[in-house]
Amino acid sequence: MSSVVRGVLAMVLIALLSACSPPEPPRFNSADMTGVEYGNGFRMLDGDGRERTLEEFQGKVVMMFFGFLQCPDVCPTALSRGVAVRELLGADADKLQMLFITVDPERDTPEALKSYVQRFDPSFIGLRDTVERTAEIAKSFNVFYAKVPTGDSYTMDHTATSFVFDPDGRLRLAVAHNLPPDLIAADVKTLLATTR
Amino acid sequence: MIKLISVAALIAAMAFPACAQVQVQVDDAWVRATVPQQKSTGAFMRLTAHGDARVVSISSPAAAVTEIHEMKMENDIMKMRAVQALDLPAGQAVELKPGGYHVMLINLKAQVKEGDMVPLTLVVEGKDGKRETLEVHATAKPLNQPQGQAMQHQQGHMPKH
Repeated sequence: MSSVVRGVLAMVLIALLSACSPPEPPRFNSADMTGVEYGNGFRMLDGDGRERTLEEFQGKVVMMFFGFLQCPDVCPTALSRGVAVRELLGADADKLQMLFITVDPERDTPEALKSYVQRFDPSFIGLRDTVERTAEIAKSFNVFYAKVPTGDSYTMDHTATSFVFDPDGRLRLAVAHNLPPDLIAADVKTLLATTR
Repeated sequence: MIKLISVAALIAAMAFPACAQVQVQVDDAWVRATVPQQKSTGAFMRLTAHGDARVVSISSPAAAVTEIHEMKMENDIMKMRAVQALDLPAGQAVELKPGGYHVMLINLKAQVKEGDMVPLTLVVEGKDGKRETLEVHATAKPLNQPQGQAMQHQQGHMPKH
């Protein structure tokens, strides 16, 4: 057998082997939630009272955070982080859609919610619904929140994890509140590159 | 003349302990600007006490209620709780910053706009029980003030997930 034929055979063999082995699942910096069915049938109202669903963001990665406007710390930090991630995505910035869901619909009026999220980035969308619907939606994501009295007012305890959906609208990642923007941007790039 | 100088020196000597009682240094005080209808916000600063002290109260004409809050993460759940007093160990800078303590301004009387000066009055108690009042002016920074540095810094204090 000539060395050329041997070489060709070897190449064919390698091609066959790599075709047989299943593709390596992508690795993420965030917790991989692939296959977890949170938030099925998600729909909520935006600051203009329009109903929004995840279907309309097909082709984009969606990052969702539950918070409230009277929150001085973790909520603006999460939104600023979203701004930083978009900057790191460069030309793909518009392929990341940030959604901010209020767990305090009693105080967070649609107008306030809209102006709040848009102070961070004009593309950010604030979502709000009735007290009952908000509780159902949070439950569908296993998100906890509770009113805690303070002074003559109240604050909210709430889950600070962000949820990320791939461009097909499937839940893929749970992002810890303190994961830095560069690691999230890398995950978003992976999702954009590996979906479809 | 000599008498006058010695009197001046005496006065200075008497005045000095009073100056030394200003035992807390406040740096980089800022407050996060708000949008209309937003009823509360947070103020942040760095406090350094020369002797052991604690902040026992904070008030502001900008808000109906002013409290010191501590933010904690428990099982990925963000919790904020009022603390009765904030300890300031001698010589140690205590940071009120996102990811830790903050001053909570509740039921704001007006929108806090970028560049506004928000007055805060801190009552600090020394180890000897003596109290003094500090007037602080916190500058309003944009609502979307990036917390890049603060976020990176807080990494070290946060439990790994």
